[in-house]
This record gives sequence, C-alpha cells and structure tokens, in this order.
Amino acid sequence: MNPFYTTTDHFVLVPAVMLALFGCAILLFDFLVFPDPRHRKYLLFFLILGEGFAGFGLWRQQANMANGAIEAFHGSLVADGFSIFFNWIFLAATVIVAIVSYKYLEIEGEHHAEYYSLMMFAQCGMFFLAAGTDLVTLFIGLELMALSFYVMVGFLRTSKRSNEAAMKYLLLGAFSSGFLAYGFSVMYGISGSTRLADVATAVSARGPFDPLVLLALATTSVGLLFKISAVPFHMWAPDAYEGAPTTVTAYLSVASKAASIAFLLRIFLGPLASAREAWEPILTFIAVATMTVGNLAAINQSNIKRLLAYSSISHAGYMLLGLIAGNATGIKGIAVYIMVYTFMNLGAFLVLVALRRKGIIGEDMDDIAGLMHKSPGYALLMLLFLLSLAGIPPTAGFLGKYYIFLSLIETHHYTLAVIGTLYVAVAIYYYFRIVRSMFARDLTEPAPLSTSLGLRVALAVSGILTLGIGLYPEPFLRLAGTSLLH
Amino acid sequence: MNDHLLSLVLFTPLAGLLVLLFIPSRQKELIKIWANVASFAGFLISLPLVSRFDKGASGFQFVERANWIPTLGAQYLIGIDGISLLLIMLTTVIGFIAILSSWNAVQDRLKEYYCMFLLLQVGMLGVFMSLDFFLFYVFWELVLVPMYFIIGVWGGPRKLYAAIKFFLYTLAGSVLMLLGILTLYFQYASQFGRYTFEISELMKLTLPLGLQEWVFWAFFLGFAIKVPMFPFHTWLPDAHVEAPTAGSVILASVLLKMGTYGFIRFSLPLLPKASMDQTIVEILAVLSIIGIIYGALVSLMQKDWKKLVAYSSVSHLGFCTLGIFAMNPNGLAGSVLQQINHGISTGMLFLIIGVVYERRHTREISEYGGLAHVMPKYAVIFAIAMLSSAGLPLLNGFVGEFTILQGAFEANRVWAAFAVTGVVFGAAYLLWLYQRTMLGQITNGKNLHLPDLSLREVVVFLPLIAWAIWIGVYPKPYFDILEKPVEQIVERVRPGYYGGAQAATRAGPGVGGRGPEAGGQ
Repeated sequence: MNPFYTTTDHFVLVPAVMLALFGCAILLFDFLVFPDPRHRKYLLFFLILGEGFAGFGLWRQQANMANGAIEAFHGSLVADGFSIFFNWIFLAATVIVAIVSYKYLEIEGEHHAEYYSLMMFAQCGMFFLAAGTDLVTLFIGLELMALSFYVMVGFLRTSKRSNEAAMKYLLLGAFSSGFLAYGFSVMYGISGSTRLADVATAVSARGPFDPLVLLALATTSVGLLFKISAVPFHMWAPDAYEGAPTTVTAYLSVASKAASIAFLLRIFLGPLASAREAWEPILTFIAVATMTVGNLAAINQSNIKRLLAYSSISHAGYMLLGLIAGNATGIKGIAVYIMVYTFMNLGAFLVLVALRRKGIIGEDMDDIAGLMHKSPGYALLMLLFLLSLAGIPPTAGFLGKYYIFLSLIETHHYTLAVIGTLYVAVAIYYYFRIVRSMFARDLTEPAPLSTSLGLRVALAVSGILTLGIGLYPEPFLRLAGTSLLH
Repeated sequence: MNDHLLSLVLFTPLAGLLVLLFIPSRQKELIKIWANVASFAGFLISLPLVSRFDKGASGFQFVERANWIPTLGAQYLIGIDGISLLLIMLTTVIGFIAILSSWNAVQDRLKEYYCMFLLLQVGMLGVFMSLDFFLFYVFWELVLVPMYFIIGVWGGPRKLYAAIKFFLYTLAGSVLMLLGILTLYFQYASQFGRYTFEISELMKLTLPLGLQEWVFWAFFLGFAIKVPMFPFHTWLPDAHVEAPTAGSVILASVLLKMGTYGFIRFSLPLLPKASMDQTIVEILAVLSIIGIIYGALVSLMQKDWKKLVAYSSVSHLGFCTLGIFAMNPNGLAGSVLQQINHGISTGMLFLIIGVVYERRHTREISEYGGLAHVMPKYAVIFAIAMLSSAGLPLLNGFVGEFTILQGAFEANRVWAAFAVTGVVFGAAYLLWLYQRTMLGQITNGKNLHLPDLSLREVVVFLPLIAWAIWIGVYPKPYFDILEKPVEQIVERVRPGYYGGAQAATRAGPGVGGRGPEAGGQ
C-alpha cells in the first residue's frame, strides 16, 4: 500500500510548493505587514527568496538525478532532466522579468503585490507543465498558468488596450482549452487511464490512423498549437502582446512559450509518439505556415511589440521543425533554441521596457529612432538581441538554428531546411528595420530612458548570456543535452 | 614554431577595438591616432608571417588548435598556406590604408566608425585563417554586420537601401552554404562515427557525385554571391556607390576575395568530383566569361565614376573565377595573384575617387575634365592605378591576367578567346575614363582651384604603387609561394595531373586538355 504523500513525492514537488507558498505569502504580507506602497520592494525580495528556495529544490533534484528520473505521486509527476531544464528556464525568466517590473509598474501607476504573486502562480503552473506525466496534472498546470496570464495581460486596469488584449486572450484561450480537454477525454477513453505512459501504450496498440486516435490527435493539437501561437491559431498573439504591459509581454512570449513547448513535447513524444505518421505531415504544413505568416507579417509592423510578436510566432515555427525532424539532434535543438530564445527575446523586450517613460509609450518604430545617439549601450544591446533573434553567429541564436537545421539535414528534410534558412534572410530584413531606426535616424525623443538597477542587471544578464552562449556554448549545450526525453 | 603568431595577427585589431571603446567620443584626434596605430600594428605583426613562411613545405603552417565546442566538434583551428598568406597580407595592408585614408573623409561618429573597421578586420582575417568550417562560418557572418553599418551609417544618399541589400544578398547565400556545411558534417559523422568541422578531416569523405553536386551548389550560392559572379552581382554596384571611400576600398579589395577564396579552399578540395564535373565547370566558366564581358560593357556606359569602377570589379573577378575553374596550376595561381592585384589596383581606384569626392562631393564623370592641369601628382598616381588595373605589362595586372589566360587557354581555347575581349574592353573603359576626367581643358570652373594631393594622401598611395610595380616586374616570389598549395589543390581535384602533364602537352592544348583525368576518378 502506497502512503499518501512520501518523501519522494515531496522531493519532486518542492519547487512548486515553494512557488505557491511564497506567492500566497506575498498576497498576505501586502495587506497585513507592508500596506505602505513604499515597502513594495520587500515583496520583490520575497519573490526572489521564494525563487531561491525553488531553485534550491531544483538543484537538489538535479544532484540526485544520477539514477535516472524520479517519479512521484504514482507516476503523475516526474523529476527528469527535461523538467529540471525547463524549470531553470522558467525560473530565470521569472526573476529577470520580476526585477524589471518594479520600475515599470511604478511608471504605469499599477504597482500591486498581486503582480508578483501572479507571476509565481504562473510559474507554478509551468512547473506542472514541464514535470507532469498525467493528463489531469498537465491540464491543471496549463490552466493555472493561463489564468494567471489572463489577469496579468489585463493588469493595466484603466488601459483600453490592455483590457481588450486580456479579453481576446481569455476568450480564445478558453476555447482552445476546451479543445484540449476534449482531446484528453478521448485519450482517457482510449486507454482508461490518465497516465501518459498508459495512453501511449493504448495509442500505439490502435495504430496511427485509428479514428479515435486521429480525433484525440486533432483536438489536442489545436489546444497545444494555440498555446505556442502556431498558425492558424496565432491570431491572439499580436493583440495580446501589444496590449499587455511590456513586462508581461516579455514574460508571456518567453516563459509561457517555453512551458507550452515543454507541454507539446511531453504529449507529442509521449502518448502521440507512435502516431508520428499521422501528425508529421500536418505539423510540417503548420510549421511552414507558421514561419511564413510570422516572418511575412512582421515585415510591415510599425509597432515594435507587434513586430516581436510576429517574430515570436515564426520562432515557434522553427521549434516545430525540430519536432518534425524528431531525432535526438532535433529535440536537443528545441531545448537549445528555447534556452537562447528566452534570453534574447527577454533582452529585446527589456529594451522596450526602458523606452517606456512617463508620458511616452515607447514601443513605436519612431520612439526608438536615434537611440544610438542617446544611449549607445542600450542600442548596442538591442542590436545584439536582434542579431541573435535572426540567428547570426557568433550570437546564441545561431546555435538554436544550427541544431534545427542539422536535425533537418540528418533526417533528409532538405526542403524544410532550405525554407527555414531562407526565412533567416527575411527575418534580418525586419529586425534590421529596428536597427536602422536606432542607428541611422535622428533622435526624435530626447527624454532619458527609464532605467533602474533591476533593469540594468537584467539587461546585463541577458546580454552576457546571449553573447556568451554564442562564444562559448559548451556548458550550455551539455545542460541542454541532459534534457532529452527518452 | 608555435608561438601563437597567427592568433596575435588575428586578435590585434580586436585588442585595438577594445581599447578604442574606452576612449571618450570627444577625443577625436586621439581616436583617429589610436585606430591608425592599431591597424598599423596589425600590419607590422603580420610581417613575420612572410619572413617565417616556408615556401617549400606543403600543408598548413603556423597551425594553432584548441578545443572550442567539443559537443559539436568545432575547434579553434587556424593555419595558413601560401594562398591565405597572400590574402592575409592584402588584408592587413589594405586595412591600414583604408583607415589611414579616412582621416579627413569621415567626421561624425568617429569612434563607431573605427570600431567597425577594426571588427571588420578581425572577421576578414579570421575567414582567411580558419581551418575549421564552423569557425570559418562564424567569421564569415561576422563580417556582414560591420560592413552593414559602414555602408548604412556613413554612406551616401541611398545608403540604407544599399546596406540592407548587401546584407540580405550575402546572408541568403551564406545560410544556404551553411546547409551544405551541415550536410558534409553529417556525412562525416555517419561515415566516421564522430562529429568534426575540421577541413582536412572532411576531405577524407567519399561522397557520391550526386550529393557532391548538391553541396557544391549550396557552397556556390554562398561564394558566388560574395564574389560576386554574374547574375548575383546586382548588390555590388549599389553597395559601392553608397559606401564611404574606405568602405569601398575594403569591400572591393578584400571582402570580395572571401568568395573566390571560398571556392579555392572549400569547394575544390572538399568536392573534387563535383568541381570537375563537365557541366558544372562549363556553367561556372560561362558565368565567369559573361561576368568579364558584361562587367566591362556596363562599365563603358557608366556616368558615375564609382559605379564604373564597381562594374569593373565584376569584370576582374570574372577573371579570378575563370582561373579557378580552368582547374590547372596556371589558372589557379593566376587567379590568386589576380585577386591580390585587383585588391591593389581597385583599392587605388576607389581611393582616387575618394580624393576628388572629398573635394567636390560629386562622382559624375561629366563634372570633371582636365584635372591633370591642377592636380599633377594626382594625375600620375591615377595613371599608374588605371594602367595597373588595365593590365599594362610591367604592372601587376598584366601578370595576373596573363597567367589566367594561359590557364584558360590550356583548359579551353574558346574560353580564352572570349576572356581576352574582356582585357580589351577593360583597357577601353579605363583609358576613356582617364581621358574624360584628367585630360583636355578644364571645362568646369569649380575644378580650377582643386588642391593637389597632400602628403598624407600620397603616403596612402605609395605602398600600393610600390606593391603594384613589384608584382609587375618581379612576380616570381609570389608564384613560388603559390606553387605548393596550388599543386596540392590540382592534385586533389585531378589526381595524376602532374604525372600526365606530358601526355596532355603532346596531345596539344585544346578542348581535350582536361579530358582523360576528369573521367579517371
């Protein structure tokens, strides 16, 4: 007889427990201990402390991984290289965004403790997405993350744009969750179990073209592809990205995407792995469409947040290519890609955060004009992030693309490889519209950037990692190598 | 022998750049002086490469190897042979001259300007030194960014268009080249069970012809756009016309050579079967010849001085690629030498344009005329540069073109016949240009009081003129340096060429010149 809650269970769950505890603590402390708005910074310290504990838990898990994955709760949670790797990414993204948000929210006039606890709750949901091996656990994780994000996207209560974005995101998100739940119910129907391993056995017994398997595949894919904003389920992304507070956009585009990719990999390489024949052609089409729409639509954007939204759609397309290749290189490629994407995309949004000043929205192509004359450091960092997003060596972004292209060649998907590479040239075109604005145009807005210690630290970390991973990727590649799903 | 000399040469500009970053932007004089010192130091440090280079040795020299990314099998592996030695010397010399020539030409954002040049220098040197394909690719792409800014920030009226066109064209080519590289890398791993990007290791691959051809075309796109070969040349005139003088000089003299160097270093030795394939060779030779004649004819029609020289580059680079695909010692050695020659003479021509542009701010040929009366020193230097570019005997251009034509003749008489017309047209447009700008009476009043060259400007030209005359009068040391590497490449592409040379000569030079060996592998 298994006990209800073992030490192993605790060991695996502890990062999520810490996140939830500190998230709640922040809420309580806000009105019990530190009602004075000037004491908000203690809440930020609380968040960092909580992340420290969660990180310690992760680190302990990593140290005890020598004997392979650690299963908990009768196989509905697992601590394996995959979950730990992704959780490190979530943690890094949360901390970076949180320390930047402090000043930003002050400027927006919406600085509330809920923001920090929502971030921690969202991260808690991400934890379950990466570590869950049970349909119910995964679904709860997804909803926890998504609900936190619905609120955060609409966090600027008085802004029409923010509210509109939140409403769109909520409606479409709920719709896609419905699809996903339906797909999961079919999977349960096939296998009589919610464990991914059992579902996998049942699916492979039925074969890829069994009608029920196809039904489960189709509905689950809709939900998953919505989350990573793949075409044709990408419509929400530009609006939500544009309307949300910039720090939330950064968090959404990075952490939420990473968690959804982890979720997608868990499902497609787990229960649906044996149905590859059925989903490979569909995903191929979707990946190409995603890269096409993302890259082509980005060309004409004059709002930088929208431009980055479309670019992040196209990045989802590249990551799907790794899944289509499907070999170890491809999966490792996705891990490397999402890791470098986290830092370079965060970095690009952080520069936009610095552009938001009192009375200046700072997200238009014109707002960034002549940045090189005024703040060369920020302009050069932005250049670095954009080069990395485009995948130009020696920046980190190149490595992500390198692995994806290599995996396509190894699996003889030459046409996809050529399409993927040519879109790099398209991407350079629109990224360099921003560069052109920063370097070649005259200064239009002389007001100084809004910087804070947190922003500078966050930018420095993103910048150093974006360049550092590119110049000396060895340790990072090894880390990504530990994340392979077997 | 291994005292990291090559790394020192490679990273001297980078060290200069790092120091430059700490000089405040207001100290304009100091920035200029430091940039010149750094690039001159780069040149001085590269000199021992020549004195310590062993002409008789085959293989690579000054090799340095260090693990870089073991997971990928990428190494920091650099080394040079005779071909890279010449191109590296060209880079360090032209790099210094380009920076020296910018003293008065560039006034705003000096610090960024010189930083970009030093970064460009690192990238170019790295391309010519890398013996690891991954490292090569990193340097290859590294070059794009500073060049984009040099054109896009300090360029002419349509600078942004020209800069992004340059960037996109070359990037599109090089990402496709990356796919070719990855294919070889993957093939090596599946044949030998380990991953490496080392070029000498990749040469051990045995690949079927079909695959070689695909990879060849992938490489071709990367390199041909860079050269640029017809029909991929359209970015070049735009980039040249809009770039500042020093940018044009670097672009024409060194950057384009990255493409031809790529063919010689990678396409030929790594893909010998594809490189000897009848169809491929013919396509490339025909494209080269079209480039030679088309470039020359278009040059004849130009009203813009700089555009004329830009199109002449297309024509001259056509000779270089024709030499490569003649695929015999004369053709290859001539091609490398002609790359150096083109660097010297076209570099000078762009500098010459820069001189009058600084004074008059126009490049319309019709604005000038009779300048020899007011600028005698200038007229003399222009004459030498023009004649060197046109291929007058006793100047460098003649030696290179002659050797290439020899090689082309050996490969295919028809090629040589067509290519010769390029020489004739070349002389025509250059002489006509000289006549229209320098000779006759001064027709435009604005030109009456143009000052002649200053001492600094003369100093900029002197080393290039000396070099041009040296190669023209006594090219033997160059051919000596090139002999071994060229021999290796020819032996690699056409095994038994040297053994069978007698037989080929007996059969008479002609269309069959590259017959039996081609089928024999």
